[in-house]
Amino acid sequence: MLVSIYRYNPETDTQPRMQDYEITLPEGKDLMVLDVLQMVKEQDVTLAYRRSCREGVCGSDGMNINGKNGLACITHVSSVVKNNKLVLRPLPGLPVIRDLVVDMSAFYKQYERVKPYLQNDEPPPAIERLQSPEDRAKLDGLYECILCACCSTSCPSFWWNPDKFLGPAALLQAYRFLADSRDTKTQERLSDLEDPFSVFRCRGIMNCVSVCPKGLNPTRAIGHIRDMLLERAV
Amino acid sequence: MGMVTNVTSLGRNGVYDWLVQRVSAVVMLAWFLFVGGFIATHGDLQFIEWRALFAQIWMKVFTLAALVSLLAHAWIGMWTISTDYLTRLSLGSSATFVRLVFQLICFAILLVYFVWAVQILWSI
Ligand code: SF4
Ligand code: SF4
Ligand code: FES
Repeated sequence: MLVSIYRYNPETDTQPRMQDYEITLPEGKDLMVLDVLQMVKEQDVTLAYRRSCREGVCGSDGMNINGKNGLACITHVSSVVKNNKLVLRPLPGLPVIRDLVVDMSAFYKQYERVKPYLQNDEPPPAIERLQSPEDRAKLDGLYECILCACCSTSCPSFWWNPDKFLGPAALLQAYRFLADSRDTKTQERLSDLEDPFSVFRCRGIMNCVSVCPKGLNPTRAIGHIRDMLLERAV
Repeated sequence: MGMVTNVTSLGRNGVYDWLVQRVSAVVMLAWFLFVGGFIATHGDLQFIEWRALFAQIWMKVFTLAALVSLLAHAWIGMWTISTDYLTRLSLGSSATFVRLVFQLICFAILLVYFVWAVQILWSI
């Protein structure tokens, strides 16, 4: 199988290039893309990429695999390879540090902006803040995000305005705390979101939904945020 | 906070922009359906009938509403396009200037259309 990988070292290269490797896949085994990267790395130790858990939990190996963002460790080669060719590029829209490693600062900055932690100004109870099972259920499909950035870097609105549009990942977390019955800063949180960029640059393209390796639905969460904002305004 | 102030303040509130886009779309649709229906049901439409339609005060108000909707819709749309594509990412340091010029041109064109259309409407 031909593996074509984006190579770029901003310190020494004037521009990025694609480098081809020939990899022989073992018979009768459907490897993950991350396994293939490991095999390439054995051929060429200069290749740089991030990985850690190799089981879709840490979110560090998000990359563009044959044109679609995903986690290399849980993407079967058979599910993406066409014409015996695998093309790997870094997540689109973020500055490249080296090869498949991108600078995620812009992504984290937007995450930070939504204050992704519980805010409650009432005195804490002796043991813990309780939630009814129904209220707890509202957080399903929101808290599972592993911040892999596959969604935000597949979103054209995030490409155009990475500093102003929060992007699907941060918006999913914004809603995670808007929907939390224990959070008392709902109104303040909404006020931070009502400008024309933070939420409203979402055009419902749903690239985010189609790439999320955890099967989450940021578009729906964004819809809920918009409904909350509208309800408050009219 | 009225809708109008938000439209004229270059769309600083995303909620109202979003609402204006939807409401204005509905008003425009209603107007085009009505005028389309009028043309369709008046097979051999004469100038006299056409003029009589627009001479009625309610039709003037309706048309003016559709016109304002069109202009507001176009303004928010063009403003959004300019802030998506005419940015520092795509144009570098001249982006703010280019964007401002683009927005001014759009605004001027829409303003001319508005004055012109009101003149036509009120001359009937
Ligand atoms: S639905 Fe919204 S957030 Fe998701 S990719 Fe599309 S524009 Fe981006
Ligand atoms: S929503 Fe999904 S794609 Fe986006 S960062 Fe979270 S886990 Fe990754
Ligand atoms: S290596 Fe942890 S998510 Fe892929």
